[in-house]
Amino acid sequence: MSDMQTPEDDSPRVARGDRAVTVGTLRDSGSPLEGRIDVAAASPAPGKSDSRSAARKSAPGPRERGKKQPQRLDLNLALAATADLQGAIPPDETPAGSIPASLATPPAGTPVRFRGKGFVTYPHRWVGLVVFVALLLFVEWGARAGYISNLTVPRPTDVIAAFWELWQSGMFLTHLAPSLTRLVVGASLGVGLGIATGLLIGLFSLARAGLVPLVAALFPIPKIALLPLFVIWFGIDEASKYALIAFGTFTPTVVATYGAVDNVDRTLIRMGQSFGLRWHTIVGSIVLPGAMPGILSGLRISLSIAIILLVAAEMLGAQYGIGAYILQAGSLYDLERLFVGVAILSILGVAISALIGTLERKMLSWRV
Amino acid sequence: MDLHFQGISHSYGQTEVLRDINLKVRDGQIVCIVGPSGCGKSTLLRIAGGLERPQQGQVIQLGQPPEGCLNPLTYIFQDFALLPWRTVEGNIALVLGHHDLTAAQKEAVIADVLARTRLADFRQALPKQLSGGMKQRVAIARALAVKPAVLLMDEPLSALDSQTRELLMDDLITLWTRQPFTALYVTHNLNEAVRLGHQVVLLSRRPGRIAETVTIDKPLAERRAADPELAEYQHHLWQLMRAEARAADAELLDV
Repeated sequence: MSDMQTPEDDSPRVARGDRAVTVGTLRDSGSPLEGRIDVAAASPAPGKSDSRSAARKSAPGPRERGKKQPQRLDLNLALAATADLQGAIPPDETPAGSIPASLATPPAGTPVRFRGKGFVTYPHRWVGLVVFVALLLFVEWGARAGYISNLTVPRPTDVIAAFWELWQSGMFLTHLAPSLTRLVVGASLGVGLGIATGLLIGLFSLARAGLVPLVAALFPIPKIALLPLFVIWFGIDEASKYALIAFGTFTPTVVATYGAVDNVDRTLIRMGQSFGLRWHTIVGSIVLPGAMPGILSGLRISLSIAIILLVAAEMLGAQYGIGAYILQAGSLYDLERLFVGVAILSILGVAISALIGTLERKMLSWRV
Repeated sequence: MDLHFQGISHSYGQTEVLRDINLKVRDGQIVCIVGPSGCGKSTLLRIAGGLERPQQGQVIQLGQPPEGCLNPLTYIFQDFALLPWRTVEGNIALVLGHHDLTAAQKEAVIADVLARTRLADFRQALPKQLSGGMKQRVAIARALAVKPAVLLMDEPLSALDSQTRELLMDDLITLWTRQPFTALYVTHNLNEAVRLGHQVVLLSRRPGRIAETVTIDKPLAERRAADPELAEYQHHLWQLMRAEARAADAELLDV
């Protein structure tokens, strides 16, 4: 038993030998009123008649006598000892008044071990950053020490230098601005239409019957595969890129929205009906706010998809943009610049996630 | 305003839940409906307020609703049905929103009902900050805000612990004594029924029929928690209900 913390190796024997003591203290100090639950104790309260038998079989040896620590006994042993005792020891065998001094200490026992640990999440700030920095330092060290060749992974410091170069040349904003525009326009279109469609599906069974199979058919299409089609439909310019991003964010938003509408507490809707609220009040004041948690978590997914599609769109016919920058660097096997581009995308993703997190805290502070 | 149930029958698919219910809820009286679980009490209440359509029979409103009544048949739900994203005040404002009231009138109504339910200090609180009893008081305040003709209460105290339930029963009795309201009160708790009901209607197990109607003349304000007279009524009802409840319990196991 892991709990056995007695210094003696033979503590089980002590437990059995002291069985009368165990019983006596179970009776004396088992009360939860004492602030802790004593499972078993080796030293009973002084002067209790039950403890008379304690001295009978095994008077504690010198080692035990000097001990201040309570003996921690296993519950099973203690119970076994209790069972053994039933009617086995005639009380008159015990010489009265022979309680050893060491037993005259207050009752003590095994404190109940805390077992409720784990499976609860706690916020750990900065740990994510530490992991990230540690990984970068490891790569830097590996590259400098020659374990990692520059062709495998570039040195983080070289990547930072390449970023600084990009920043100095003024090309950073030239690449970032069109990318952000495409992202904002495309994602707004897709998310806006997606929420509207999702609401329609959630609210009208006819729309649900008609549109759910359609969305299910559209969802698995790799949107990148449709880029040539969009180029034909919308031209090689910005419109096709907006369309691609919009289409990519549309389907996950629809699915998240109608799922969220389905999950709105029906009793709240019935409450609205019972007070005679108008349809648009119920939708605007009950359904939409109630669906907001689901819509926002859907937004996390669809905006990440938007970044992926942004790069895909920019790799096909764009002069400027993060995707174009990555493509250029990749075709030149300029790994430092490629990693700069990738890092910008990652930071963009983290920024969007943080933005949604803030939005959630602001809009969903009512959640328990 | 009186509410008359005329020959209400209802079934869900093959399961007949209500059979030929005829019942009169008189103005200014609280009628409690008790019965074993699954006897159709809640269905009857949903039918009463028009949230469900009975397959046979109809519910008739007799007489005019009181002056300024915005929603004659108003529910109080077991799980409170408060919007968690709105404050206490916002939850009450929600049900006034679509009515022709000026901002000052709305404000006056909100202040009035919050004072009547002793919630004035909690105007800006969110439901998550309130205890169960407080939440139900907000729901009662919201119901009072629309000046209902008949309150339809669906086990309003069942989600609360017994002490809170006592307190809220006192609150309801005070509210009624100050200004009598008409209510149809569904509960499975016989104690609540004999404390609050002018009439207690006992439904049989499924399909629910009216098994017995008990009229309790003792004024609400004089009813106490350990009243022997009420205990007698409660005992009588339980004697009638016990066999039904046991049969209903066994029946549910068969489903």
